[in-house]
Amino acid sequence: MKTIYLDHAATTPVHPRVLEKMLPYFRDQYGNPSSVYRLGREAKKAVEDAREKVAQLIGAEPREIVFTSGGTEADNIALQGVARANRDRGRHIITSAVEHHAVLHTAEALEKEGFSVTYLPVDKYGRISIADLEAAIGKDTILISIMYANNEVGTVQPIREIGRLAREHGIIFHTDAVQAVGYLPIDVNRDNIDLLTLSGHKLYGPKGIGALYLRRGTRIAPLMGGGAQERKWRPGTENVPGIVGLGEAAVLAGENMEERAAKLRRLRDMLIDGVLERIDHVRVNGHPEERLPGNAHFAFEFIEGESLLLNLDLEGIAASSGSACTSGSLEPSHVLLAMGMPHEIAHGSLRLTLGEDNTEEDIERVLEVLPPIVQKLRDMSPLYKKSL
Amino acid sequence: MYSEKVMEYFMNPKNIGEIENPDGVGEVGNPRCGDIMRITIKVEDDRITDVKFKTFGCVAAIATSSMITEMAIGKTIEEALQLTNKAVAEALDGLPPAKMHCSNLAADALHAAIKDYQERVGASQ
Ligand SMILES: Cc1ncc(COP(=O)(O)O)c(C=O)c1O
Ligand code: FES
Repeated sequence: MKTIYLDHAATTPVHPRVLEKMLPYFRDQYGNPSSVYRLGREAKKAVEDAREKVAQLIGAEPREIVFTSGGTEADNIALQGVARANRDRGRHIITSAVEHHAVLHTAEALEKEGFSVTYLPVDKYGRISIADLEAAIGKDTILISIMYANNEVGTVQPIREIGRLAREHGIIFHTDAVQAVGYLPIDVNRDNIDLLTLSGHKLYGPKGIGALYLRRGTRIAPLMGGGAQERKWRPGTENVPGIVGLGEAAVLAGENMEERAAKLRRLRDMLIDGVLERIDHVRVNGHPEERLPGNAHFAFEFIEGESLLLNLDLEGIAASSGSACTSGSLEPSHVLLAMGMPHEIAHGSLRLTLGEDNTEEDIERVLEVLPPIVQKLRDMSPLYKKSL
Repeated sequence: MYSEKVMEYFMNPKNIGEIENPDGVGEVGNPRCGDIMRITIKVEDDRITDVKFKTFGCVAAIATSSMITEMAIGKTIEEALQLTNKAVAEALDGLPPAKMHCSNLAADALHAAIKDYQERVGASQ
């Protein structure tokens, strides 16, 4: 059976062009970039080339790019690094209730270290309000960290306005753009972004590599002590193949971005319209317009997400859910709850995130198998008949 | 993460639905994750002759629901009251640790249905 992969927000396959660029750096070009001989110099050059490519994708200067082990590490350096370096200026941080755990749990840990954190609420679409942000800013505020686009429901935040406000108040602005990079045109100068997180495996690059954009002059402290790599912001021998892969992924992400996004949007709308046509008692979650091109997010009433996922899996369809039963903690997704969704509706949530490998046939297949699966589970549900 | 047996029961659950004019009804909710299970039973001469379930829940909840209906049919009230969540989980070749609580739901719903039956019988005597 053909796998229909509809979980590109979780991870993407490595693009063949990316893999091809990486392979020599495992085999022949294995030098340490810090070494002076030819093999080392060549590795160094490969790292610097990749840095330029990543910088170009977001309108940054190469020296402002720090390679990390992924999105999680970049988020940690941004939050902890800014907090520690600016402790003398203030102890207040503003973030949102719908951030990825890499930001949320780091913010919670900083609270234990004596920082105070405001978690901005979101509306039913998952967006923060600029008025709330403005009201939360105080003399003590040192950092605003708001994600570019949400990994669950795909809602895009008003980043430019947040950046403008942060700049006006002289507050450092970090954005976790892991889900947005490669799908939306990003320019750190246009948007007044001081720190930006990106991750390789969400844009057809390898896992375990990411980057932090660090605007020149931003007050921040490194988390780890070690060698002089990455200008000491992230010591340790570089993951050369990973960095090369991220560089090539950045080039790919920049090529025909608008065309690729348009294709994703078309398939996504076909999926959403098709589901709404074929299934009743279903909600479409996230913002109707301000959303990632490849994200479709539903809540099917009366049924539970894990049962839905396993049924889809048996049809070869890979997807994800914010249901309590799919999370180790047995809590429904914090994102859906922050959007005001009742627990039992979050229970029936289904996230389908499209990618470049998806076709119209894939969508047709989903539209064919999803309705009977939903019906089968509803026929088993004690809530179904009661409410009709 | 699930055993083959769990997947088999999840994909082909037995005894789905609701018995018309049941002798006992049990509905319980899982306080941990919010799932709901409803079991109806038919009793003749102190023996459970039919059990049906409806479940709003995860894979483990559906599989355990189905398994407990099979285990309960044909048992006396006394025997059915001895059925534990552990026995249900074992009959399914085990459940992942994070899913053990789901099997409580099945045993609790059955026991609630029996209690309801006993109350009805008591009230009519
Ligand atoms: C919004 C967001 N931030 C951070 C991360 C973490 O990135 P990584 O898996 O590279 O650590 C992810 C992906 O899981 C994400 O979606
Ligand atoms: S009943 Fe919810 S996790 Fe199984």
